[in-house]
Amino acid sequence: MTDSPQVKHHGSDMFEGYPVDTADTAGDQVVTNYTINFGPQHPAAHGVLRMVMELDGEIIERVDPHVGLLHRGTEKLIEYKTYLQALPYFDRLDYCSPLGMEHSYVLAIEKLLDLDVPARAQYLRTLFAELTRICNHMLNIGSHVMDVGAMTPNLWVFELREDCLNFFERASGARMHSAYFRPGGVHQDVPERLLYDIGEWVEKRLPKLFGDAMSLVIDNRIFKQRNVDIATVSKEDALAWGFSGPMIRGSGIAWDLRKSQPYDAYAAMEFDIPVGTRGDCYDRFMVRVEEVYQSAKIIKQCLRDMPTGPIASLDRKVVPPKRGEMKQSMESLIHHFKLYTEGFHVPAGEVYVATESPKGEFGVYLVSDGTNKPYRCKIRPTAFSHLQAMDMMAKGHMLADTTAIIGAIDVVFGECDR
Amino acid sequence: MASPAPLVAPQPALDAALKKLIGTDLLAHDFLVGEDSITVAREAVAGVMISLRDNLEYQQLMEIAGVDYPDRAERFEVVYHLLSVTKNHRLRVRVSTDEATPVPTIVPVWPNAGWLEREVFDMYGVLFAGNTDLRRILTDYGFQGHPQRKDFPLTGYTELRYSEEDKRVVYEPVRLAQDFRNFDFLSPWEGADYVLPGDEKAGGTGEGPGKGAPSPMTAEAVKKADEKAEKDKAPPPPTPKTTEKPEQTGAGAKANIKAAKTSRDGAKATATAKAKTPATKKAEKAPAKPRAPRKPKGGDA
Repeated sequence: MTDSPQVKHHGSDMFEGYPVDTADTAGDQVVTNYTINFGPQHPAAHGVLRMVMELDGEIIERVDPHVGLLHRGTEKLIEYKTYLQALPYFDRLDYCSPLGMEHSYVLAIEKLLDLDVPARAQYLRTLFAELTRICNHMLNIGSHVMDVGAMTPNLWVFELREDCLNFFERASGARMHSAYFRPGGVHQDVPERLLYDIGEWVEKRLPKLFGDAMSLVIDNRIFKQRNVDIATVSKEDALAWGFSGPMIRGSGIAWDLRKSQPYDAYAAMEFDIPVGTRGDCYDRFMVRVEEVYQSAKIIKQCLRDMPTGPIASLDRKVVPPKRGEMKQSMESLIHHFKLYTEGFHVPAGEVYVATESPKGEFGVYLVSDGTNKPYRCKIRPTAFSHLQAMDMMAKGHMLADTTAIIGAIDVVFGECDR
Repeated sequence: MASPAPLVAPQPALDAALKKLIGTDLLAHDFLVGEDSITVAREAVAGVMISLRDNLEYQQLMEIAGVDYPDRAERFEVVYHLLSVTKNHRLRVRVSTDEATPVPTIVPVWPNAGWLEREVFDMYGVLFAGNTDLRRILTDYGFQGHPQRKDFPLTGYTELRYSEEDKRVVYEPVRLAQDFRNFDFLSPWEGADYVLPGDEKAGGTGEGPGKGAPSPMTAEAVKKADEKAEKDKAPPPPTPKTTEKPEQTGAGAKANIKAAKTSRDGAKATATAKAKTPATKKAEKAPAKPRAPRKPKGGDA
């Protein structure tokens, strides 16, 4: 033991109180903070995220995320499209949960039109929104565990994601960019067989395969070491930083728009809101795992209670008629022509409609001036606020923890950059 | 029935609370299409946000949106969307400004306002006084202009490509192979606000290509009309409507009396009401004799 001055190591209290020998030895170098680029092409960045990081050794001192590398001017483009033409842009925002994005948009239009939507359409939308949630969580859970080192679960849950995409294809004809939700209802009715197959899948395949995959992860020592107590966010911070979705629930606030501000058929659904206790990456992950089971519960209720009837509003000034009708009726033909050229006019007004998308609160602020095109359509992405808190969350953690933090944010840049 | 949009209960006490809390800085408060929005004085916005957060429980800032209204004196509107997770309510706060006048920043109130303000600055060029990090956020490094302004063309001014000669990405002015086609699908019969070719002599506003005929109703008017129709709908009758008596035809009291006189039931009723004539008495007293069996006529059977 010597009586040399005590040196505090950066970012670690491990040696506090212990005298440390600070005499220079051969090869010692003075390490100053340095800056690295994380991305824009990084497999763990979940897209084109560039983060300028100031590091002290391996400890993160400061993070400056640069977003906008995938900016496509969606909001500007929407101002030049009719309301219906603008719909497919929403699929391309968060391309991991396309129907969740469409949902906010069609609800916003319906709110401005004060349009009644038939019960079957509401149930179909609820069913497919929940299927989208499962699809999204499969991608996120899989890539999150892969980011922190596990390979197998990702392959298994991708099987389930593939099943979901097949269901979307059978309903709408497209695997990802479905454009299935339409103002006034949904595009077309689903075959009975599809509902039956979804029921079978939710009953048998999903719990088995997903349970198997999660049994490898949730109690895994390495996985816990990489996630527990990483990027802990308190309730106060979660509120102040505008968190939503699994991020705010991971911090222990039971806030879910499906419960608190129910839309479509959610008021009739029975489900629980999982919340975390510590607000770390592990809690956010586990909230998503439980949400998959809750979504399965909602899907079962939708299938059980699905009413028969029309799948879209019968207001022919908004929803086009069926093709069969067009062959018989001149008026239907005119309606179809007008709706696909001029489109419908939305009364002047403004609304902010937010739904619980798989990633959090996805809002659409729609300003209409009474014409057939939106005057302004501001999209509230979920990732924008979450990613902004990256600096707050990552400070003091190791460089390798960044991937776990980004994985737990569940960021998709199509939506963040718009 | 209304649209299936997210249900938020209205807050009737909000107006009084806002007036008390914000005072003269509250320029307007409206409740349209089921959503509360307030307009506040630009200079006071930071203070208003603090009191909304601390006194009225609006804990979260969800969104800051810019909107461009080129016709207004102060062309930009900065729209803040607040959320209260305890009251389960949303509030929209509007502030208007122009290209030169900065809006006070609210980063000290909500840290996530930083990027949201950066985005409004990037897209519209609205300045935020006090935001220390007002860089562009969504557009390219070195981008010029503010793309969401209504006078910024959809195609932009520059395009980029990889140049094989220079072995790098080069920026060039936009060259369109075909003009951007912005069709006016709106029917001139519904009152277009521009002069059609050939109609110049007929007079008109002549303000160039307008947006055409807007829908005559506002969203709020549609909502009110729907609610009224729902309310005014006559309640279903307790019993099914039938016309078994003359009074039930709905033809009025006079017709009922007249009908009572002519109808068979009515005749009997009036007859019993009158003093009975002896003839009728006799007729009533005398039991109806059974008619004698008919005698066969003529010859034997």
